[in-house]
Amino acid sequence: MSLTTAPAAAAPAIAKKPGGIGRAREFGILAALVLVVIAATVKNPNFLFSADGWRDLLLTPSILMLVAVGQAIVIITRNVDLSVGSVMGLTAYLTGRLFVDVPGIPIVLVVIAAVLLGAFLGLVNGALVAFAKVPAMVITLGTLYAYRGINVLWTGSDRINASDMPKDFLALGTQQILFIPVLSIVAVIVLALAAWYLRNTRGGREYYAIGSDPSAAELYGLKVTRRVLSAFVLSGALAGLAGVFYAARYGSISSQAGSGWELDAVGAAVIGGIAITGGVGTVWGAAIGAMLLMTINRALPILGIPDFWQRAVVGVLIIGAIVLDRVLAVRQRRQLIEARDES
Amino acid sequence: MTTATTTTSTRVIRDYDRPLWRRIFVNREFAIIALLVLVAIVAAVTIRGFAQPITANYLLLDVAPILLIALPMTLVMITGEIDLSVGSMVGLASVVIGVLTESGAPFEVAALAALLVGVVGGALNGFLVTVVGLPSLAVTIGTLALFRGLAVGLLGTTAVTDFPETWTALAKAKIAGTTIPYIVIPFLILLVLFAVLLHFTPFGRGIFAIGLSKDAARFSGVDVERTKFILFVLSGVVAAFAGIFYTLRFGSARGDNATGLELQVIAAVVLGGVSVFGGRGHLHGVVAAVLLIGVLGSSLRLAGVTSDVINIITGGLLIFSVVAASVLAWAQRVRSKAGPPLRVAASPAP
Repeated sequence: MSLTTAPAAAAPAIAKKPGGIGRAREFGILAALVLVVIAATVKNPNFLFSADGWRDLLLTPSILMLVAVGQAIVIITRNVDLSVGSVMGLTAYLTGRLFVDVPGIPIVLVVIAAVLLGAFLGLVNGALVAFAKVPAMVITLGTLYAYRGINVLWTGSDRINASDMPKDFLALGTQQILFIPVLSIVAVIVLALAAWYLRNTRGGREYYAIGSDPSAAELYGLKVTRRVLSAFVLSGALAGLAGVFYAARYGSISSQAGSGWELDAVGAAVIGGIAITGGVGTVWGAAIGAMLLMTINRALPILGIPDFWQRAVVGVLIIGAIVLDRVLAVRQRRQLIEARDES
Repeated sequence: MTTATTTTSTRVIRDYDRPLWRRIFVNREFAIIALLVLVAIVAAVTIRGFAQPITANYLLLDVAPILLIALPMTLVMITGEIDLSVGSMVGLASVVIGVLTESGAPFEVAALAALLVGVVGGALNGFLVTVVGLPSLAVTIGTLALFRGLAVGLLGTTAVTDFPETWTALAKAKIAGTTIPYIVIPFLILLVLFAVLLHFTPFGRGIFAIGLSKDAARFSGVDVERTKFILFVLSGVVAAFAGIFYTLRFGSARGDNATGLELQVIAAVVLGGVSVFGGRGHLHGVVAAVLLIGVLGSSLRLAGVTSDVINIITGGLLIFSVVAASVLAWAQRVRSKAGPPLRVAASPAP
């Protein structure tokens, strides 16, 4: 919805142009997504018009969407969180473990526990990054290994199966309200909250300010340390929630749950127009990017392309998206200079 | 402007005014080498079976791809860039060999084609980073997916395992009279080449200059774009070479070969003292770090510790090594009152 409201505000001519381009940016990804869905549906109507197809279309991306939104916030502050996959794995296992060890535990409590664990792991990342002034990439690469190690140590060769978890919880993974899966509704609510916060609040704008120019933000008096910390906590908490989703959706959790997701999450954010250099992009874009990644995954076999090629298509998309970003940025810069020279 | 340099103080390492002994013994590279020796001695004394010559064989065979790829990665990261696509390039090179030998080409031709693919892949990274002007982190996440996708797409889930006996045997063969595998010879040649390139040529000085300040490097006559482009090509071609070795060592070309290798290489390079901001690093520190991870891994495995604990230790070591450095720097600043303040003076609360 912010897609349509964003440029509507009456702004001076110069400020309007970047807004218009920003809209085009996410619009392009959305158009690609719609195109993929239409093409796959034409080829096989079941892709969209069967109960399973419709559900998968919305459910599968919901998990990555959450992780990508957290990742987007972190990248906007000019950091990166490579540990999200490991955080997700740990919280997914915690979810299963709680159901096994504490029979009859309320689902809400489990969700809260998983989110808290995720937030705590994010806090560790953030504290190391913010206080030690060490690049996030190095720290989160370290915690990627460390968290996964803890996960494997805790899990061992154990595996939580669907039969270990209550039916009510597993139903969350498939249940629908008015044809829309519950998990997707939760994901969209989280997404809308994050988008609103980033766009309209002082705290949200500070993320962008920090990402645009960390030293300027510091000079200006923003509490950079605290802000960066909060971005990592948010990313961790969202990865934690994604872990719960993972457990509910797949019902089977091994020690390798979520491994490799960090690159999917960064990829989704980059495809969605989040600049890896910070300060640019919206969580809507990241969410659409996540949706596109997951949808292509399912659409390729239907379109007659073996799904082995899926990663190659994703790679081309990522490169295409950042090249497009660059072209738009260069053009915007030129327009701004022209506008300045004219006035 | 001064705040910019103080807040990112990790990149300002000016220790040339310290006495020589301090420069040798009080630095990151020495710490890693010392730790490597210490761990090796402790492992040799306490772990049964570690102090056997055959251990060196397995250890070197295991870490060889990481050792090889860490060489160009060190140079790339000193310029402040990164190449995440190396693991996928290993897989792609492996698949190229597999597909070609399966279609009847001699192994030598297939291996050459794999190296060529490495050059092309590296040039693609280099082109996108230097000509189009994109951040290498984003570019190489894209080519990470692209190369892996090509590898898996070309071969699917099948594996090619039919390679000439002479070559597969060579990959695992030991140098006569020792337990050291032949792979150390190309590694040593590359190590010397890269060390000379980095430390004894204008090109190498340019690499450090770019990492410290791209603009300053450009003004002092360094061709920033050309340097970066060459480094990405080198990274691609060495990754492809590692892919050839990987294929021969396991006698199998598969699309998912060496998945996740890029993270291991980067972890080792960072542990070895290369700053991700660029401008700082030495090859000997990186080689020691790769060997440290290898020795830790193989000794702990021999001691019956599972690979998960090794992961925790690797990650912990990585975090500890970077955090310890900034804690030391912080302590030094506190001690020398004359030094610049750690942070900008706190502004009044809003």
